[in-house]
Amino acid sequence: MTNQPQTAKPANEAVAARKRAMGLFARATVAELAEPIDRLWPNCQARDLKPIETGLVMLRGRIGGDGAPFNAGEATVTRAIVELASGERGYGHVLGRDGARARLAAIADALWQRPEARGDVEAAMLAPIAERLAAEGAKTRAETAATRVEFFTLVRGEDNT
Amino acid sequence: MTAPAFADPVFQSQAVFRGIMRAMATPGTIFDVGLALAPPAPLTPAAAAALLTLMDYETPLWIAPSFAAASGRAVADYLVFHTGAPLARSPDKAVFALVDLVADELRLADFAPGSAEYPDRSTTILAQGAAFGEGASLRLAGPGVDGEAELRAAPLPHDFLAQWAANRARFPLGVDLILASEAELVGLPRSVAISGEAR
Repeated sequence: MTNQPQTAKPANEAVAARKRAMGLFARATVAELAEPIDRLWPNCQARDLKPIETGLVMLRGRIGGDGAPFNAGEATVTRAIVELASGERGYGHVLGRDGARARLAAIADALWQRPEARGDVEAAMLAPIAERLAAEGAKTRAETAATRVEFFTLVRGEDNT
Repeated sequence: MTAPAFADPVFQSQAVFRGIMRAMATPGTIFDVGLALAPPAPLTPAAAAALLTLMDYETPLWIAPSFAAASGRAVADYLVFHTGAPLARSPDKAVFALVDLVADELRLADFAPGSAEYPDRSTTILAQGAAFGEGASLRLAGPGVDGEAELRAAPLPHDFLAQWAANRARFPLGVDLILASEAELVGLPRSVAISGEAR
């Protein structure tokens, strides 16, 4: 509704940027969202457009990334939709049933849409979240790599005769 | 600024659904929605409650031009945001239609009557702006009415009885009508026969 059809490419870039931001907000902790919002935008006056709801979403998968899609299972998701006094509408979808976190993610999404606030949101919220997620991912990968087992086959002499 | 819808979506929409079911099952009875909704003008609280309850992403909605003339996209944005329903391009493609009895001319033949295989694929018209207890007396008969019931509603089109007779002649095809005042609803399913003088 708010996305007016524009020329294809800039719209896709805008969608991709928003997707990345919303994805990071969804994986942020309460402190990572609440602290910058309280400090930088104490008067953003977010108003709930719909009551915060918890429900199930069906997760779809494809084996190998290009197989036939199948339903992998359901995940619990909490959704919040807020509108700021200045008119931006923010959506927050987070895994689990933490309504407060979903609401903060929605406020962060709304603030990110303000052109003059986007730089601050990127610096104060998105960058630390992305850094923490990258560090956690690297740690998991390192731990997994440490358990790697190399399999190899000994060629037995009698098979070669 | 988008107005909020139900404060308690599960229980409030179920209560309204129950009321609409009752209103359609017993034509002519007046159902008081009894909710403090604040939809964007000119949409009335009773019409908003009914549409928010019934619509979802599979039910294209057609909105009469008087709503856009009165408030631009406010009513359409409100209903689409809260229900996810798409907007229908023409009345005969709509599953639900929103019409104002005062500002629009209600023409039942414009809407989808369903098909012989699927008579349920018809339009349910929500006509707001009615005042119950005013206007000429209509006599209702048919399924859900014990003998005969009286309904007084105004304003109705001058040829409403002829339009309704034509709608009823197509049974099992035809459109269903829900009349809405500020806070009340009356159901007129296609099965009901209406006689009397409309004015």
